[in-house]
Amino acid sequence: MISANLSAIFYLISGVLFILALRGLSSPETSRKGNLFGILGMIIAITVTFFSIGNFSSGFIFVLIFLLVGGLVGAFIAYRIPMTAMPELVAGFHSLVGLAAVFVAISAFLNPDAFNLGSPGNIKLGSLIEMSIGAAVGAITFSGSIIAFLKLQGIMSGSPITFKGQHLLNALILISIIVLIYLLCSSQSSNLFWILLTVSFLIGFLLIIPIGGADMPVVISMLNSYSGWAAAGIGFTLENTALIITGALVGSSGAILSYIMCKGMNRSFFNVILGGFGATEKSSNSQNKEQRPVKSGNADDAAFLMKNASSVIIVPGYGMAVAQAQHALREMVDTLKKNDIKVSYAIHPVAGRMPGHMNVLLAEANVPYDEVFELEEINNDFANADVAFVIGANDVTNPVAKTDPQSPIYGMPVLDVEKCKSVLFVKRSLSPGYAGIDNDLFYKENTLMLFADAKKMTEDITKNL
Amino acid sequence: MEIDPFIFRLSIFILSIFIGYYVVWSVTPSLHTPLMSVTNAISSVIIVGAIIAGLAGNSDSVFNTSSIFGFLAISLAAINIFGGFLVTQRMLAMYKKKKKDK
Repeated sequence: MISANLSAIFYLISGVLFILALRGLSSPETSRKGNLFGILGMIIAITVTFFSIGNFSSGFIFVLIFLLVGGLVGAFIAYRIPMTAMPELVAGFHSLVGLAAVFVAISAFLNPDAFNLGSPGNIKLGSLIEMSIGAAVGAITFSGSIIAFLKLQGIMSGSPITFKGQHLLNALILISIIVLIYLLCSSQSSNLFWILLTVSFLIGFLLIIPIGGADMPVVISMLNSYSGWAAAGIGFTLENTALIITGALVGSSGAILSYIMCKGMNRSFFNVILGGFGATEKSSNSQNKEQRPVKSGNADDAAFLMKNASSVIIVPGYGMAVAQAQHALREMVDTLKKNDIKVSYAIHPVAGRMPGHMNVLLAEANVPYDEVFELEEINNDFANADVAFVIGANDVTNPVAKTDPQSPIYGMPVLDVEKCKSVLFVKRSLSPGYAGIDNDLFYKENTLMLFADAKKMTEDITKNL
Repeated sequence: MEIDPFIFRLSIFILSIFIGYYVVWSVTPSLHTPLMSVTNAISSVIIVGAIIAGLAGNSDSVFNTSSIFGFLAISLAAINIFGGFLVTQRMLAMYKKKKKDK
């Protein structure tokens, strides 16, 4: 058994190591070391906890068993998961953090003596407030992440689910959570604690169902943030520095990512959270869609255009992930490079279903990260490029965002793809993208539509090069 | 008058938010997915609370309602810790620079 002061120092050290873990991510070279810092911090935190309790009886064996079982499951998932499924995985992991926070809070509520928080029915007021906030946020994180997971996995439809009075209902539930916490703290009633948890689970579901598939980058980041605040709430209850520091780090990290994602869509956070985007526009645009002429071509035409280009910019989007086309794409690029064609990749901040999704997929396909550029870095280069190859992206290239103030995506930063000499657009059909609006780019003089599955088309082009 | 220890924890919390703010803004956008998976892993340090809960049972009965929730939380957090760090490691190993001899 080690003293409380000594263990607090060690918790502080592991908190600092977690800060270094995030700091490492400022560049790919330092990131691997950063991850090791994170692992070290975790080992320290767990070991110190064992020693500070000093109970190595039969219970300890069970702790190890449960730790090992969870660890094996986690390791198995980590090695087996395909990179395209990363958004689902992260959403799933968030739900586990949320549920773990709820379980710890339940445990502390039922047996406060073990945590030095008082006795059942007579828990210290401050601890009870912290505990109930941690539990409520944890529960919201859990059920919200489950919905996000189901939507990303395709088990549940990605389209927004809205009903009348939805916002009013949500507002009432949120108010009732605050009232419940107040009542719980004044009465210490365990019934109220269970009601609080149930209501929090419910609001988690309700908050996420109206949010559509392409807003998932914001949702995942937001749930990331929630999982941090839940951990911090529990950290205050347990008076544990490592947990407080980590909770704050994760909470602000998720909040910043949500902000970046919202900015990438030129939408306010509240606009995304209130949901329903893209559900209303579809009908009004469907009539005039087929009338405008479109040039479409095959792999041969595309190969010809690219062979005669001196620079090509590739714009990947969610469709590339769905078609698992990243490897085929890299092979095409290799062939292009052999013909001395300069190739770079342009990534829009909200391409894909989570922040950085495209970058990971390209990295998986062995694309060097110094060929991959963010929107601001590369947007001026489109005017000098010969060919833009848009694969599985749509709304993020729509010039209407710059020209039509009526458009729902007006003001959203877009890639200036139309400035290229010619545009190749790989897409399965002319159907509008997530925002439910037609893309003017399809009908431009210099656009060639390639109607096919992204992977198959890319492979065919490579053959023709 | 003595300062409540809660105030010290609150100070740590607020300052950590600021650290988080500056550190996360310096993360390169191409590593935002690993950022999410690693924050996932580190927020599972909540396992500390789960271990305390799990070990709270006495030697006669290791399992009671409270400790069972603790044990379950240990497993959940462990999935996240191992899964989160390993998948981050796997992703980061894929980020490579351009080979010069191409």
